[in-house]
Amino acid sequence: MEPYKKHESIAALMNRNNVDTDQIIPKQFLKRVERSGFGVHLFHDWRYNNDGVTENPSFELNNPAFKGAKVLVAGDNFGCGSSREHAPWAIADFGFNTIISTSYADIFYNNCFKNGILAIKVTQAQSDALMQEIAANEGAKFIIDLENQDVITPAGNGFKFEIDPFRKDNMLSGLDDIGLTLKHEDKITTFEQQHKQRHPWLWS
Amino acid sequence: MKKTMYEKIWDSHFVHQEPGQAPLLFVDRHLMHEVTSPQAFEGLRIANRKVRNPHSILATMDHCVPTKDRDLPIADPIAKKQIETMAVNCEENGLNLYDMESPENGVIHIVVPEHGFVHPGMVVVCGDSHTATHGAFGALAFGIGTSEVEHVMATQTLPQQKSKTMLVQVDGVLSKHCTAKDIALAIVGKTGTAGGTGYVIEYAGEAITALSMEGRMTVCNMAIEAGARAGMVAPDEKTYAFLQGKEFAPKGEAWSQALAYWKSLLTDEGASYDTIVTLNAAEIAPQVTWGTSPEQVVGANGVVPAPDTFADAGKRLACEGALKYMDLQPNTKMTDIKIDYAFIGSCTNGRIEDFRAAATVAKGTKVAPGVTAIAVPGSYNVKLQAEKEGLDKIFKDAGWEWRDPGCSMCLAMNGDELKDGQRCASTSNRNFEGRQGKGGRTHLVSPAMAAAAAAAGHFVDISKLG
Repeated sequence: MEPYKKHESIAALMNRNNVDTDQIIPKQFLKRVERSGFGVHLFHDWRYNNDGVTENPSFELNNPAFKGAKVLVAGDNFGCGSSREHAPWAIADFGFNTIISTSYADIFYNNCFKNGILAIKVTQAQSDALMQEIAANEGAKFIIDLENQDVITPAGNGFKFEIDPFRKDNMLSGLDDIGLTLKHEDKITTFEQQHKQRHPWLWS
Repeated sequence: MKKTMYEKIWDSHFVHQEPGQAPLLFVDRHLMHEVTSPQAFEGLRIANRKVRNPHSILATMDHCVPTKDRDLPIADPIAKKQIETMAVNCEENGLNLYDMESPENGVIHIVVPEHGFVHPGMVVVCGDSHTATHGAFGALAFGIGTSEVEHVMATQTLPQQKSKTMLVQVDGVLSKHCTAKDIALAIVGKTGTAGGTGYVIEYAGEAITALSMEGRMTVCNMAIEAGARAGMVAPDEKTYAFLQGKEFAPKGEAWSQALAYWKSLLTDEGASYDTIVTLNAAEIAPQVTWGTSPEQVVGANGVVPAPDTFADAGKRLACEGALKYMDLQPNTKMTDIKIDYAFIGSCTNGRIEDFRAAATVAKGTKVAPGVTAIAVPGSYNVKLQAEKEGLDKIFKDAGWEWRDPGCSMCLAMNGDELKDGQRCASTSNRNFEGRQGKGGRTHLVSPAMAAAAAAAGHFVDISKLG
């Protein structure tokens, strides 16, 4: 995973609640056995016309002002539904590295951080202000500073955000979760032996 | 300190917590299917890591498998590759796999209980959000992403934050023709799809304990539709009777040892939950969804709501969007909505009890003209049992297609799908836009409701049937 660096980027607006992972990456694209190549299918059913090729101009992310955006300002309960990690893979592959929403589905939220996507939780008032700012100034660039937990916007709607320190450190260092866990392999082995003594039938 | 069942399971699986990091939780069982695992195996290979406990894994092929003409090669080359990759990964790592040719093949959340692979008190994960199904056994079972699949394979643990606890208390007795599915939908209708976010649900009350193990699995299966990663039911005599004698259930002396442990898992009297939700089963009508989110649900005796009946602006907007996608007008009676398709199956409603309930209604009927109806057993074992009971004949005589097992039209990855604009009475778990095919319109119902709708050509309030 690439370390997450402070950046200034166009913020795209998607003002829809309960965007589910079936929309983020429809099931017909889940058959690949690689992690890459999902970006072109991101939001496929909304993004493309019925021919599946030409862009639907009324879909918000096809707005030319949002081209190259790394930040996605989204509605409530983003990423609900299926556990498919193909959803954050598609989001990252498309070019986003930051999502801002009032709330996320649990599994999706975890999946984001494992794929270098910073999912920022904000209050309703903060969300409303960001959405209004983008609507009034499409193409506005936000500064995202994870180190200092700052979002800075041109119109001054910025704020400090909260984030779990463990997630923050991993994002900043680009650390591999598995390697981190395996540092405690001795503790896992000890636990496993005790667990086996307590519940021998689990191993039979 | 008095503890809930969730807290007891959590405590007994807590391995270690490094300051500033998430606690590590030990995982007993890891379930797998072909869609969310290939990239995890790839990750292991790249990092030169091994599967730590192969015996903890049970794998199947379900999402992409055809439900007819199984003897022919899979037509879709990408799906074929995914299926082949699964077989190679399991072979290389010595994992137990029920492949497409196996008589034990079926949907992961159906075959795992059939073999007694999950017991009370276990921590169970799977790269699939409907893993919550196994909470019916008093296990902590939840869905994970593919990176976490890799993490569990390599370490047998997961970094996890402790969830809040929610008690969903369903008192009273269900009325005739109402089932576990109606309870599950009524709960989502009440909590909303984000109501359970951050929680583990424990389902309790007279109406829950009265359910069979199959019914409890249906209720727990849809915990994720309420936003909760896990839902669970306290184990009882039904749980033990279901497990006893199954392939992976403890045997002999281990059985009594396990039983004593399982009985210690129940939530302590007086333990507290962070949130409590109550429902009265007697007030639950047969449910039908009208929108594109499982929370957009009413009784079969109800009508499609108008956007202005929602006080919340977000819900109003969601209603408008859903009515447009579903091509429905406010105040239309649910029983006036015509269908093109009926689907019985999925990890929510693909068990023997579901086919029995549907067959009771389908018996002696004919599928209405213009309606396609498919019955897809959740596993070959379910299929075989149904055939022993003559249920297949009831469905076939009524004009239903009787298929081989798989996830099929629940998520339409295998070619079983709706065409643009078609409307389906479906026993699956999600009515999201495009879930059953681009432009397809899904109404979630119980198996009996799907059978009644197939015969009538429109939804029927089955509570009015004799």
